[in-house]
Amino acid sequence: MYHLPKLAVGLALVATAFAAHADIKVGVVLSATGPAASLGIPEKNVFALLPTTIGGEKVEYIILDDATDTTTAVKNIRKLTSEDKVDVVIGSTVTPSSLAMTDVAAETGTPLISMAASAVIVQPAEGNKRWAFKTPQNDAQMASAIVEHMKAGGVKTVGFIGFADAYGEGWYNEFVKAAEAAGIKTVSNERYNRTDTSVTGQVLKIMSGKPDAVLVGAAGTPAALPQRTLKERGYAGKYYQTHGVANNDFLRVGGKDVEGTFLPAGPVLVADQLPDSNPVKKSALEYVQKYEAAHGKGVSTFGGHAWDAGKLIQAAIPVALKKGKPGTPEFRAALRDALEANKDVAGAHGIFTLSPTDHVGLDNRSRVMVTIENGTWKLVK
Amino acid sequence: MDVQIALFLTQDGVTNGAIYALLALTLVLAFTVTRVIFIPQGEFVAWGALTLAALQTGKLPGTVWLLLIGGVAVTLVEAVTCARNADWRRFPATLGWNLLYPGLVYAAARYLPWDTLPLVVQIVFALLMIVPLGPMVWRLAFQPLAEASVLTLLIVSVAVHLALVGIGLLFFGAEGSRTPPFSDGSITLGGFTINAQTLWVVGCSLALIAALYFFFERTFYGKALRATAVNRAGARLMGIPTSMAGRLSFLLCALIGAFSGILIAPITTIYYDTGFLIGLKGFVGAIIGGLGSYPIAAAGALLVGLLESFSSFWASAYKEVIVFTLIIPVLVWRSLTSRQVEEE
Repeated sequence: MYHLPKLAVGLALVATAFAAHADIKVGVVLSATGPAASLGIPEKNVFALLPTTIGGEKVEYIILDDATDTTTAVKNIRKLTSEDKVDVVIGSTVTPSSLAMTDVAAETGTPLISMAASAVIVQPAEGNKRWAFKTPQNDAQMASAIVEHMKAGGVKTVGFIGFADAYGEGWYNEFVKAAEAAGIKTVSNERYNRTDTSVTGQVLKIMSGKPDAVLVGAAGTPAALPQRTLKERGYAGKYYQTHGVANNDFLRVGGKDVEGTFLPAGPVLVADQLPDSNPVKKSALEYVQKYEAAHGKGVSTFGGHAWDAGKLIQAAIPVALKKGKPGTPEFRAALRDALEANKDVAGAHGIFTLSPTDHVGLDNRSRVMVTIENGTWKLVK
Repeated sequence: MDVQIALFLTQDGVTNGAIYALLALTLVLAFTVTRVIFIPQGEFVAWGALTLAALQTGKLPGTVWLLLIGGVAVTLVEAVTCARNADWRRFPATLGWNLLYPGLVYAAARYLPWDTLPLVVQIVFALLMIVPLGPMVWRLAFQPLAEASVLTLLIVSVAVHLALVGIGLLFFGAEGSRTPPFSDGSITLGGFTINAQTLWVVGCSLALIAALYFFFERTFYGKALRATAVNRAGARLMGIPTSMAGRLSFLLCALIGAFSGILIAPITTIYYDTGFLIGLKGFVGAIIGGLGSYPIAAAGALLVGLLESFSSFWASAYKEVIVFTLIIPVLVWRSLTSRQVEEE
């Protein structure tokens, strides 16, 4: 009987050790600082809203900032997988960091859900990319929405101005592909930098081509500059933007000059205007209400991508728990398989149905055309 | 390209070039007087504009906190120095400038209805808030190392720049702001329209350059600065304190930087990190002037502006490449023609 207290303490210690080990750990890498901070900050806000227990297990979110830097992102995922032994990684905010992280994810056998848009993160879904998933819509999907809208509006020629980086380049390629198929000609391909203070030269070049419409392939508030310059120079054609501008700061900076702009966006941007028949309305509103209750008015569509990543793991974890204990390679592999088998998961941006060849799982229900009217987003019916 | 387009591009290039020229002048000033390559100059540009924008939206600009914290830090440093020298004569003035002044600015920023006051008052107040940060940066980061090598000062300068960019993100957030133009409308000259704000930018730049010329040629302090720039040791022997010279040159840097930001804020969107690239282009101008000649630096900056404007028309994707490649032949030419001077 003398040993009993010691034994009890020992058992209790073992039990707590097991309990602590059984926690599901979700590693998060996002760009809360650096050039993509306007996307990363709302994403970070979302993780405070995600459930802390899934399938009866406690979930711990470990959030690291990569400062929009690829090297830091890789360092972060290395730390998460080797030191924290996370079961799944969500991140990062931008494409280059996400791409670099897929290698580490595959090497350590950890499923990775990116919040960046480019299709190359998950395509083709083989080799290293078997472990990679992403929640934002493919650019091609958004580009086809713009092209459809242009065609319906009788646009024949388009001038393009975009960022001088992967975002602008990606959009130009996707757009030209979709536009050519629809018989729309792209007459100019101009570039500028996020930090540029003037785009007069590019705008004059575009206007000398006299296009029916202009597409700005840029993201966030820097996308307002070309449009303001075009307005100033008296360009009277149609204006198109990408879904990269779908945050309220764009409206604030753009002011009167961005009225009447068309852009494709996730349905979450105009959730309350969607008809009740829209399958995404309910799940999108859920996100909007939760986000606005916690962080005030002005929901960001980028936060929606983080929310959707949360939805995907919430659907997959209970399935994976049947096959293994959290913290083990078996669990991570089971989680990957379960993510790939997700069906009809309703998120903020659409309904996700993944497959071994499609690691995004979004269809055309994940996009709507939106215009800007009186400083607010209006659904184009 | 027709004449109309060429004129528009020239107008755009001159507008940007005027701002680059102002920054080039301050970089030359800071370098000649203190041997600091003042990379954080760009932060004053962004802060000037963002502070003004914050005042206009009725928010308390984060920079006021920096002014308070910086003031307290300077006071502590000065107190230690005074205690070490057992000389407290100048301490009351330090208290006044570093505790009382930021306190007054804070109270004014907090309790006055800035969003309803006229633009010119807002601008003056934004400047009153930003400009003292220049001497504070000098006192805290550079004065203790005033005798260090140019390389050490450059490394500190990079560190200060990175720290200030981070602080800027904290204060102003990731998204940019714009401010309303000084005056609306435009004037037409023979079928060619010029924006009112463009006139403001060019006019104010010219006025500032003229004021700087007057300051350096006609005033005692200006002459003292020039003397320090020519020969630091000699100037000190003549009784010009180098710390005063450093403070004064950083004050001018902050003033011109913040005012440049306020000038361009109506034309473009300013972000917490916009200043760096603007400063870098001013730096290219300053390098063309060998970091020593004011007129060549200004002309070089103007050239950068025009080059940028025309290359953005012809080959927008390669604009930065063209602008920054310009610096290479200039560096080669300068290294071939200039005489190496050993550091004192």
